[in-house]
Amino acid sequence: MKLASALRDAALSALVAFGLFVALIGLHLVPTDSGLILVGRPWALVLIVAAVFVGRLAMLLWLHVRPAGTATPRRLAAGMTRAGRYVAPVFLVLALTLPLYGGRYMLDTGILVLTYVMLGWGLTIVVGLAGLLDLGYVAFYAVGAYSYALLSTTWHLGFWTTLPVAGLLAALWGIMLGFPVLRLRGDYLAIVTLAFGEIIRVVLINWTSLTNGSNGITDIPRPTLFGLKFNASGDPDSFAGFFHLDYSITQRFVFLYYVILALALLTNWVSLRLRRLPLGRAWEALREDEIACRSLGINVTTTKLTAFAIGAMFGGFAGAFFATRQGFISPESFNFMESALVLSIVVLGGLGSQLGVALAALVMIGGTELFRDFAEYRMLIFGLALVVMMVLRPRGLVAGRTPSIALGTRREIAAELVAEGRG
Amino acid sequence: MSTLLRLSGVTAFYGAIQALKGVDLEVNEGEIVTLIGANGAGKSTLMMTICGTPRARHGAIVYDGQDITQLPTYQIMRRGLAQSPEGRRIFPRMTVHENLLMGAHGHASGMVGETIEQVFALFPRLKERQAQRGGTLSGGEQQMLAIGRALMSRPRLLLLDEPSLGLAPLVVRQIFGAIRDLNRSTGLTVLLVEQNAFQALRLAHRGYVLVNGAITMAGGGAELLARPEIRAAYLEGGH
Repeated sequence: MKLASALRDAALSALVAFGLFVALIGLHLVPTDSGLILVGRPWALVLIVAAVFVGRLAMLLWLHVRPAGTATPRRLAAGMTRAGRYVAPVFLVLALTLPLYGGRYMLDTGILVLTYVMLGWGLTIVVGLAGLLDLGYVAFYAVGAYSYALLSTTWHLGFWTTLPVAGLLAALWGIMLGFPVLRLRGDYLAIVTLAFGEIIRVVLINWTSLTNGSNGITDIPRPTLFGLKFNASGDPDSFAGFFHLDYSITQRFVFLYYVILALALLTNWVSLRLRRLPLGRAWEALREDEIACRSLGINVTTTKLTAFAIGAMFGGFAGAFFATRQGFISPESFNFMESALVLSIVVLGGLGSQLGVALAALVMIGGTELFRDFAEYRMLIFGLALVVMMVLRPRGLVAGRTPSIALGTRREIAAELVAEGRG
Repeated sequence: MSTLLRLSGVTAFYGAIQALKGVDLEVNEGEIVTLIGANGAGKSTLMMTICGTPRARHGAIVYDGQDITQLPTYQIMRRGLAQSPEGRRIFPRMTVHENLLMGAHGHASGMVGETIEQVFALFPRLKERQAQRGGTLSGGEQQMLAIGRALMSRPRLLLLDEPSLGLAPLVVRQIFGAIRDLNRSTGLTVLLVEQNAFQALRLAHRGYVLVNGAITMAGGGAELLARPEIRAAYLEGGH
């Protein structure tokens, strides 16, 4: 009886897989001298459909065999929550000492991961705390990057002077996005923010006189350490020359690594502080019940706008860093995929959890680097990973909510009690 | 006795639908005034209109001698009014303590500790449950929390929207008792919207009856309670 329905379900899944993969995998284009020719790959198709059938059947049977109401997920969650207290300091120490044991490749990956950690922490303020679903976060990343790129190439302003300006401009754009969406929630808000992200990108492509269009901006200056440049000249105003060291390109990577680490930790510190201030609590209250907030005399408008502005500001900082690290930016770096990536980091990490975001960024970005050899299947693997995650831990890696204020010890609220997708 | 809140000729609309049709109402300092009426009479709308959402289209709302008709909601709520909204609307994932702190949002922080103790003295149950999440409280406890949260701003006028909604009679008595104690001991002025006409009129000094967006009767609590048409419409027929 059960087996029959499981078989039927598995067959149905196999049928869906067949429909999906018949063209994607069953057909293969091969370039030859006389042009492209189409080659059939029936065995690959059969293999993948069979895999789906067997996998679905195994999953259904496993779900059936497993006793109902098993306590494993709850224990796992409690364990992860407890481990969280020790994991964070260990990760911090590992991050701080990475330049001591990591090579250039690891540093480069570390810089990339930390950029996304920072973006994730910035977006957590908007999505995790204030509960405003923002699908266009990359817009602020772009504003920050272009602010630095344009200010430094036209007026030769340094990185450290421009960084706050980039943050402020991004915050301003955050407020500009905030005004039209004040009355929107949920799906509608998501659509408008998505459009906003695209508008910024399209403007960057088409405003060629300012942004040089899709050719992007090149020769963006590198950051300096108190005026010391990182180059091979050996001059007294270069880092190597000043400290009488042999020049090595690693020095610049180590410096960039510590810059982004400091910026990310700043983001983390500020959002942790804000959560304990009345403003942060108002964000959380807003996420829970907007009408109740109004009845308590909370100014909903400014509360929402500050969330957008502060979240956007950190996106702008990260953008300025991105521009100075790359030395080159173009609108293509700021497409919707970036927004989606940052949002999935935040959701995967467990909305509102700082450690969760860091872990998710490590898995998503570091994982992408690990799977570099399977570049073609990367998106497939991550799509699969996301689906599996959402089935097994629908509230994210580190779910749960620590009260912002407590008498005596803070007690983490278990993941099971936190609604899905709300944190 | 001075008038703390006065509504004159207030109308309010939801789109094209008129919810309030020229309401006149007064609440004097130190009074408990109740507004009773059937479902859909406009009781909650009246409460919300005092707070500025929806805004009154005609008429004036004067609080403590100042016209507040056109003020934004958050400014109205900072002038000494506080509301415990319909359906309680506590923050389910925040702790009882955090919920209470939200009530003090935008008010001087110096008194917060003292006020919390006063709320705990009024509702000792909240003190026991202060580390618990709001959503895990029982209905009665949630109502206590909603009232306690409103009291956190140290209001002069407390607006209570159907505190008896969905609660057991014993709990309703407990909560109404707390409102009476509060009024007697601190002189807090209360405007109480209720469907539970019998309990509300027994508690209140004065009462108004709202029918289809207009006040049809007004008078002392005991006096209204004695009227045959009230008994027929809201006491015997309704319950």
